[in-house]
Amino acid sequence: MSYGPNPWQQQNWDARAAGNFIGGGAGCGLLLFATLAGAGGTLRLLLIGAAVLLVGAGLLCVWAEIGRPWRAVNVMFNPHTSWMSREALLAPLLLGSAAASLWWPALQPLAALLAAGFLYCQARILQAAKGIPAWREPLTVPLLVATGVTEGAGLYWLAAPWFGQGSQGAWLAFGLLLLLRFAIGARWYRRLATQLRPAALSAVNQAGHGYNGGSLLPLAVVLVVLAAPLPPIAVAVLQALAGALAAAGGALFKLLLVTRAGFNQGFALPHIPVRGVRR
Amino acid sequence: MTRWTMVADLRRCVGCQTCTAACKHANATPPGVQWRRVLDMEFGEYPDVQRAFVPVGCQHCEDPPCMHVCPSTATKKRADGIVTIDYDLCIGCAYCAVACPYQARYKTDRASFAYGPSSDHERARHDEARLAVATKCTFCVDRIDSGLERGLTPGVDPEATPACVNACIAQALAFGDGDDPGSNVSRLLAENQSFRMHEELGTKPGFHYLWDRKDADDERPAEAAR
Repeated sequence: MSYGPNPWQQQNWDARAAGNFIGGGAGCGLLLFATLAGAGGTLRLLLIGAAVLLVGAGLLCVWAEIGRPWRAVNVMFNPHTSWMSREALLAPLLLGSAAASLWWPALQPLAALLAAGFLYCQARILQAAKGIPAWREPLTVPLLVATGVTEGAGLYWLAAPWFGQGSQGAWLAFGLLLLLRFAIGARWYRRLATQLRPAALSAVNQAGHGYNGGSLLPLAVVLVVLAAPLPPIAVAVLQALAGALAAAGGALFKLLLVTRAGFNQGFALPHIPVRGVRR
Repeated sequence: MTRWTMVADLRRCVGCQTCTAACKHANATPPGVQWRRVLDMEFGEYPDVQRAFVPVGCQHCEDPPCMHVCPSTATKKRADGIVTIDYDLCIGCAYCAVACPYQARYKTDRASFAYGPSSDHERARHDEARLAVATKCTFCVDRIDSGLERGLTPGVDPEATPACVNACIAQALAFGDGDDPGSNVSRLLAENQSFRMHEELGTKPGFHYLWDRKDADDERPAEAAR
């Protein structure tokens, strides 16, 4: 049994902090998926450029949030235990290798590998925030990694059809990622449902709407495109729509997870002080 | 070794907030920032209701999550267990604030004063270094260190003891070396039943709450004991 005031939404990280998870997650996912899907030509340049911009924008967001931005380099001082330091150390390598791969495609696999590391660091950053039960749940790590890659796949499919690219295998992979993201999210929510107090769970629930919509709707589109004989232009439109939904759903989920569903656990007394007559 | 420890006797605390006021006075914290807070908790339903006042703040954990996540190494733990913040290293990312399960950390982006414009004493004690960085209870580490240099005993000699403990009107707060079996806090912990906040998280706080005597189980009615 425990007692105590109800938890409340953390006020330290706002949309700017969420922006780092949104931009970084989608950018890294995009770099990964574009590499695995074998994007080529102009599309490759466009997607890698977009990935660099997204990751950079995310970092700019978090830079705008920190209290002492001109000391930002100190963020790299504690790679021994801080996932934020590890993320910060990977950032220049990732951005540098990704930008260089625009001219030297041989560097793209290295950039993709660094993107995977960066994405993993981001997931661990949130999971290491022990003060927020919804974030510290261990499944937060695979959840954020899965949603980042899925958002990246969504962005790939938002652009690829217009360049005549995007294989059947990549479309199938996109569907599987959506399914995986939904499955991890559902399991994450079930675990939280047994731990969180009502107000916190209700906030997680609201974040989950965008998440579910951003997974199930595009998944339905994936199945329609796979099953129904459609004219090429309709296929392209549906693929772009599914991609946009997948990316937007993930971004909305992360925004709400940070800014609305970041409830702390409040305070709890396992024992009430014994005063006066014993009960 | 020394392990500075604070003990709050929940049976004694009357919720007067004198510790909060003493802390603000000693540390010149701005409005809205309370390194030592006292929670007012109510339990049960009418007519069987109870109330408890719970002093909270930095728990100076043995395994502090704030220190592990801190990317700048601004948050450190001393050998005596006190968790400190180097204001000159801190970048104000507030990662420690979301990592702390005790909501003990504050970040104030702009200077603010109790009545709008700053008064003379507020100007005199204003510290730019504490703006836009993380701040929290220090266990009045400066008092402890200077007291030790003068041969005083923290927790016994007021000049070497945290301000909140000195100010407590009910002697609900006690401070001392938890590793010294003869210290006041060790004696209190030996004689009473205690718990630490959110112990399941494994942070091993240096802040203990007393809630009953150790020999009280025999006196409790059988029904309640079940």
